[in-house]
Amino acid sequence: MNQVDTSPNAIPNVNLRQVGKNKPRNDSPTKVYGKAIYAGDLIMDDMLFAKVLHSDRACADIKSIDVSVAKTLPGVHSVLTADDLPATNAVMTDMPGQVGGGTKNTKQPILAKERVRFYGEPIALVAAESYELAQRALDLIVVDYEDTEGVYDAFDAQKPDAPIVYGNDNIVAAYKVRKGDIEKGFQEADFVLENTYSSQYQEQAFLEPEAAVAWVDEHDILNIRSSTQVVEHFRAVADALGMPHNKVHLQAPYVGGGFGGKEVMTIEVWLALLAMDAQRPVKLKQTRENSFISHGPRHPFTITHKTGVTKDGKITAAKITLTSDAGAYAKLSPYILLYATVGATGPYRVDNLWIDSTSAATNNLPTCAYRGFGTMQATTACEAQMEELSKLIGLDSLEFRRKNFIQTGDPNATGQIIRSAVWSDQCATKAREALGDKPKSTEHTVYGHGLACYQQSYGRIRWMKDTSESWVGLEMDGTLIVRCAVTDIGAGQMSALAQIAGEVLGVPMEEITVYFGDGHVNPLAGTSTASRALYMTGKATELAAKNVRNNLFECMAEYFDVRPEELDLGDSKVFVQDNPERCMSVKDMAKHCAAQGVHRHSLEIYRAPPSEGLDPETGQGEVFPDFTYGAHAATVAVDTDTGEVTVIKSVGAHDVGQSINRQAVEGQIEGSALMGQGFALSEELILEKGVLKNGSFSEYLIPTSEDVPEIESIILESRSGLGPFGSKGIGEPVFSPVAASIVNAVADAIGTRIHHLPLTPEKVLTAINEEKTKEAAE
Amino acid sequence: MSSEKAVTLRVNGNEVNIITPAHRTLLEALRHEGFVEIKSGCEKGDCGACAVLLDGVPVDSCITLAWHAEGRDVTTIKGLGNSDSPDPLQKAFIETGGAQCGYCTPGMIIAAKALLNENPEPSLDDIKKALSGNLCRCTGYTKIFEAVQIAAEDLRKEGEAA
Repeated sequence: MNQVDTSPNAIPNVNLRQVGKNKPRNDSPTKVYGKAIYAGDLIMDDMLFAKVLHSDRACADIKSIDVSVAKTLPGVHSVLTADDLPATNAVMTDMPGQVGGGTKNTKQPILAKERVRFYGEPIALVAAESYELAQRALDLIVVDYEDTEGVYDAFDAQKPDAPIVYGNDNIVAAYKVRKGDIEKGFQEADFVLENTYSSQYQEQAFLEPEAAVAWVDEHDILNIRSSTQVVEHFRAVADALGMPHNKVHLQAPYVGGGFGGKEVMTIEVWLALLAMDAQRPVKLKQTRENSFISHGPRHPFTITHKTGVTKDGKITAAKITLTSDAGAYAKLSPYILLYATVGATGPYRVDNLWIDSTSAATNNLPTCAYRGFGTMQATTACEAQMEELSKLIGLDSLEFRRKNFIQTGDPNATGQIIRSAVWSDQCATKAREALGDKPKSTEHTVYGHGLACYQQSYGRIRWMKDTSESWVGLEMDGTLIVRCAVTDIGAGQMSALAQIAGEVLGVPMEEITVYFGDGHVNPLAGTSTASRALYMTGKATELAAKNVRNNLFECMAEYFDVRPEELDLGDSKVFVQDNPERCMSVKDMAKHCAAQGVHRHSLEIYRAPPSEGLDPETGQGEVFPDFTYGAHAATVAVDTDTGEVTVIKSVGAHDVGQSINRQAVEGQIEGSALMGQGFALSEELILEKGVLKNGSFSEYLIPTSEDVPEIESIILESRSGLGPFGSKGIGEPVFSPVAASIVNAVADAIGTRIHHLPLTPEKVLTAINEEKTKEAAE
Repeated sequence: MSSEKAVTLRVNGNEVNIITPAHRTLLEALRHEGFVEIKSGCEKGDCGACAVLLDGVPVDSCITLAWHAEGRDVTTIKGLGNSDSPDPLQKAFIETGGAQCGYCTPGMIIAAKALLNENPEPSLDDIKKALSGNLCRCTGYTKIFEAVQIAAEDLRKEGEAA
């Protein structure tokens, strides 16, 4: 489905042999044969087992912690509280990885000392001969609390008399965007519509709870093998323990899902402390219940849109306020708020714009990174507003969107000019077409169609000065090695690098070994977050492989007596393009080039485009390297007796730039369809005064196999992205519009909109009944 | 501390003798013995990551006590096949991309195996129902369903050929 793209970034069509094809991933066999060893699967001699005491209060002073009895229990080797830690007792929770640019310097106590600020805050660590013993020791620790007044709402937290969670006030971050003249814009409008939309806590619910093993080796290096998205936490672990960075070695084996929940440090620093104290290997696997309180769930957002439109459908002005609940510590809240601010206007051009956004501290669970990272919440609100606006002016909702879509060359909310392809229209058109006709309503069932578009960044914030390195080498037998410390969290991060290097050097991906997940033996590659892994590590791998290719071609050109550009590589052969009979196997080429002293490997760095930040008064500036555009559409059936919503069809249509592995792209779209469906319909962490009430899989309901609709993936390729072969990031982008499309479909089905997610049967039934009452009154 | 118990069982056809605290689950007891292909996702029977076949019947090993398996046959994902001799399900999961992070995969394939043993021609609804106790957060289940359908087809062809 390739179309001609005229954006400045677009690269011409090339004859791809592996990239874009539907190839089984290199990591699949080890996983389906049960051989993959995850972080919690490592067994070491003399290993101890750890447990963590989490606070069962949301806001309390700690009068005392008595560990004396726990310490005397035979088989217990280490019991640590804040008193046993380095005086700083702090771990960095800011943007992890190779961050060269400005950060917020957010920190959090490793263990609570005088005060707990949220339900689940860690208080004590135990390492013992078995999990059972460690649990018994935990049970013997006595914490004397005195409950204090907390604050459990992001708006209450901003009132003058609110209890201060930490620091000087409860404002964690705030941004503003001032662009054009909104007064004038609203005057030009024929209609002005104001609505408030709010969304809930969502749990990442990766299947593998946090797990790690830590040990000190014969070189006095502290080793940690952890289920993390970020191996570069080794620096933060070292800083927390007062050790040199080069004495901490953090590696990630295959990770059992992350979705942002394993981005900020989770259990690594606790294990580091226990392993150093006990001087024995220590393993910690969080229980599911503790996992729910050990990383940050998705931020609840309240977003108010006031939008002015002309009667023919042009947006003239928008005034938007966004408020998020950061919980008891900042973690990545400031950045997530920034993403939401940039994403507040969706994929639409708004020249007269006023945005205020605030993230407030409360005594709720600290919220943090989660697929979509604020953009998803902003998209959900924006797309609801777009649908309501089109209804108000009586225009087809896609037609209305078409009049306002950002185009290549246009500025987005922060004034960043979009340079890649913007195929919002193509994607939305195809997604909606794929839904087909809406089924006819029956006595007890009504049907609805819903559409949502988005603008989601890929790559990290520009002033982070993100980089990625990769090494590609040709072995003497013609096989290839890629060394790149990307973490593989399940999306095929490792396998994609094999496909990319194999494309450039003409070797099948199955014959390529990728060493990944370990930054102390492989070049540092940055994080598997922010839809950046493929973009950044893939680009570095592509560049490194091209260097190798150039070196080889220079040598082989002489051999074939042609110019280097007349050569090509494919099917494990080097050949002359015009005369493929003149060829040599890659294996023989490796030997030939080796004999000529040719450099057969290369280390490359890819640097994301930088910027220096936003103008604090106008909020204008370049925030992200680039954006992905697309659409999701859904058909729902609503049972008017029970309020139950069933998604029947779910279609994602996205311009992915260039798919590297088609199957993996579909996997992202299909996984997103279900995760977004969960957010729209069933998933919500329930907190009562900060205390989590449904922290288990029997109470917090994620979609199961029985909830799966017909899912269709439509993949468009503009080849205009910054990634390898013109690819764009997709892990988050394809997720961001899903919930919005389902919410819009429900509104279409029942004829009224519910402004607070998720759309549980209770809420839907209430809305249906209110609508009936209203109709009866009319 | 509760008493310890000696338990003898067969895992993937091989006899295994274990001494384990009496209250320890089959999941923890077997993982302790190195059978770490059995994954632990919730420890209370909600997610299915720890599913094994016990005398051919799928169970959540996290809510089965180790001694309950005394004298019985446990089959893990490794007992179904390997790269030299893969189970049709394993082949199909590779082909379709049914494994993403891979953490639910061992339990998912065990549940699918139990289905195909009982019902060689499952409908899509049969598959959805059979896998409803196995949570997956990555795939949206779609490629898992495809894998089970392909494996069922392969098994039917094998049966016809034999």
